[in-house]
Amino acid sequence: MSQALRTDDMDQDLRVVGTRPVRPDGVDKVTGRAMFGADYSLPGMLVGRVLRSPHAHAIIKSIDTSKAEALPGVKAVVTRDDFQEMPSEFIPAGEMLINYRDVVRNVMAREKALYDGHAVAAVAATSVSVAKKALKLIKVDYEVLPHVIDPSEAMKPDAPVLHDHIFTDGVEPKPEKPSNVAKRVEFGMGDVEAGFASADVVVERSFKTQPVHQGYIEPHACVASVSADGQAELWCSTQGHYVVRANCARLLGMDISKIRVTASEIGGGFGGKTVVYLEPVALALSRKACHPVKMVMSREEVFRASGPTSGADIWVKMGATKDGKIVAAQTDLKYQAGAFPGSPVQPGAMCAFAPYDVENVLAVGYDVVTNRPKVAAYRAPGGPISEYAVESVVDELARKLEIDPVDFRLQNAAQQGTRAAYGPKFGPVGLVQTLEAVKNHEHYKAPLGPNQGRGVASGFWFNIGGETSVEINLSEDGTATLMSGTPDIGGSRASLAMMAAEELCIDLEKVRPLIADTSSLGYNFLTGGSRVTFSAGLATVEAAREIVKELCARAAKIWEIPEDAVEWEKGYVRPAGENAGNFEPLSVADIAKVAGKTGGPIAGYARINAQGAAPSFGTHLVDVEVDPETGRAWVTRYTVVQDAGKAIHPSYVEGQYQGGAVQGIGWAFNEEYIYDDKGCLENPGFLDYRIPVASDVPMIDTVIVEVPNPRHPYGVRGVGETPIVPPMGAIANAVSAATGIRFTELPMSPPKVLKALEEHRANGGGD
Amino acid sequence: MSKIHVTTTVNGDEVEFLCEPDETLLDVLRDELHLTGSKEGCASGDCGACSVMVNDRLVCSCLVLGAEADGAKVETIEGMADGENLHPLQKKFLEHAALQCGVCTPGFLVAAKALLEKNPDPTETEARYWLAGNLCRCTGYDKIIRAVLDTAAEMRGN
Repeated sequence: MSQALRTDDMDQDLRVVGTRPVRPDGVDKVTGRAMFGADYSLPGMLVGRVLRSPHAHAIIKSIDTSKAEALPGVKAVVTRDDFQEMPSEFIPAGEMLINYRDVVRNVMAREKALYDGHAVAAVAATSVSVAKKALKLIKVDYEVLPHVIDPSEAMKPDAPVLHDHIFTDGVEPKPEKPSNVAKRVEFGMGDVEAGFASADVVVERSFKTQPVHQGYIEPHACVASVSADGQAELWCSTQGHYVVRANCARLLGMDISKIRVTASEIGGGFGGKTVVYLEPVALALSRKACHPVKMVMSREEVFRASGPTSGADIWVKMGATKDGKIVAAQTDLKYQAGAFPGSPVQPGAMCAFAPYDVENVLAVGYDVVTNRPKVAAYRAPGGPISEYAVESVVDELARKLEIDPVDFRLQNAAQQGTRAAYGPKFGPVGLVQTLEAVKNHEHYKAPLGPNQGRGVASGFWFNIGGETSVEINLSEDGTATLMSGTPDIGGSRASLAMMAAEELCIDLEKVRPLIADTSSLGYNFLTGGSRVTFSAGLATVEAAREIVKELCARAAKIWEIPEDAVEWEKGYVRPAGENAGNFEPLSVADIAKVAGKTGGPIAGYARINAQGAAPSFGTHLVDVEVDPETGRAWVTRYTVVQDAGKAIHPSYVEGQYQGGAVQGIGWAFNEEYIYDDKGCLENPGFLDYRIPVASDVPMIDTVIVEVPNPRHPYGVRGVGETPIVPPMGAIANAVSAATGIRFTELPMSPPKVLKALEEHRANGGGD
Repeated sequence: MSKIHVTTTVNGDEVEFLCEPDETLLDVLRDELHLTGSKEGCASGDCGACSVMVNDRLVCSCLVLGAEADGAKVETIEGMADGENLHPLQKKFLEHAALQCGVCTPGFLVAAKALLEKNPDPTETEARYWLAGNLCRCTGYDKIIRAVLDTAAEMRGN
């Protein structure tokens, strides 16, 4: 069961925040009424379908669409010729960077197809069967090239080169030849050589992880409708409809304000729905066909053509003194970016050692292109990969030093004032509290059975703020409409409405939260970086406080006394000072009812660039059992402890913790992309790319630690991403404890585990 | 190829539709009958988001042809609540916060209802194996399983 641990006595008077009401969008979601991306349709709508490359790497010599265009029922065909060339420049996009030169090529292959599944052409037709026939009539002349899938292979001098214009950035002097290494990044401080020289124990290991997909259950889907005068409507499943609008306008040469994007309900994203795939294609087809066009990816297309996160080759070396102080930490990270530069190796390098207070740190990362789909953000992009390797080495150091792994982490834990290797000093953070909670948890002391082992790992994620707009309109009856512009992926309408109800002192059911379309509310950056409850929460509180200020002004006007002669208290405006008691207090509804006579509509509008996002640390505790006969390993018990800052709706915070842990179980044990020798994906479906099912996992216990973020009125950090960071390390450490073998590759699937067990037994280890 | 004329009962109402011979029941429900509560997550029977009841049997509607529904009794998520009265499972899913994005929720509810009709007192393990054909990527299943077990207890009168 869940617990909550508070570390302060702030805001004890809360009426709504911290409770567990039914979410405002809940009934629609349990009755089938909620409209997801594929649920929209329009009169006269056409079906859009994409032709995809069957080759991992090939020059596209020509594309002949004439036969497809001549097929009755085909209304439009688009290829690379329908998209303009874009300049090459990297633009920050939340936790990732984007380059429109590459975005346009990922949306529709240009000179070359760069991975199996790369879009080459698209059609819009009157029916699915006509669209499928049309795709078969498109003739593409390919010249197949050698391909490369593995990042270390791709870095070799004789590897097939994907892009002639890539000369490794961040290397002096500039390399003479193009290569697949797009970028080298480095973070560090102190002197690692001196640090290692002062260490009594040094552990050095190499690790490998495979790309894993976000695995959202809802495939990408959209409906686009462009009118003859260039006004466009787009309905789509996305984490950021303003970002979709900006990207589509850029790729199609349209004015941003001509495109209105409405975000549907979103059936999971985890970072994977922060980029565009179908949307610009659907708009281009609709513009050409002068009809609305609906496009929905199949599950196979989701796997072959939308972004997984990187697989990586990782080397970690850490040293500690015999009394348990970590004195040096170093890592080399090679992250595959997929077909275009932009893996999350930079955040991976930045957060690799973030949980620890170490003087001498060096993290070097390489962004490596390979013939795979371009990676997209996946929940704490980059963090789980580097921190998995580091947490494995931390565990091994603790074992060598014969120090309890939680005590070892406590001794070295980052806390307020610790300088992180990537630059800043931490403010108040809750890592120590999570470690202490683990140590004191009954789970940590529970006995283990045969073939079982226990593992611990900590994890860190930055969390972000960013551009946010929120509008609250007070209705004539005192109820409120709350408009935000960050798609609600896991309960944010609930948390925002709760903060608004708290501030306005009205009942939660009197607040109706909606996700506004891009033309009805100011700009919002996307739902990502665990930023929504923090950033949109800040904006909600600011907008609500503007309303409260206005309510006070209106009451003063009604009473004909100065504005500073009234006060707001628990949902009422009261006369204050020398007027105290002279008038009956007015409720929100009383003032709203007569708004028309006191100055017109009452609303609050906040447009902010949210600053002060605070990182969240977590520590996971896991027990696994390994079957010595088959090599299958599974989780028997799991406890997540994480600092939320403040849990606005604790049930949905627990949900983030539990969901992250189970995604991590999949990453650790099962999930991987499997390619054949031609570079084609062999497991593009849920049967062979097996995400955890209910019978694979136990209940996931949670402990919510609350070390408030001083930069948010209720103390909110962000909670969505950190839960995916510790699981792989914790599980690897548990498997190691159960078997006596250190596993250094993910996934720890049964054949790999069995092989290691057999070798271990042959070498006289174990039973 | 000409379309097939099908007469069937969906959520208690008799309906007729025309479908292609290769059109699935899921496509018919969504595109012909505009019942979009059943979702397509995979079209291969692996994710359970399209779960419906056909003649009192739990099926993935993506694996059933529309033509096979002729003369059958089909029940979908849209028929689960009795007007504004939610089914106990729907209520418990809300109370337990057993959904995040909500796209798998209709399939889980249909499958869980079928479980409780067959076995009113499932163990946690039985519930987990029965629902192993329904994928959820958000919740980690914890709150879903709790909601199902809690509903079962309530429906038994405990």
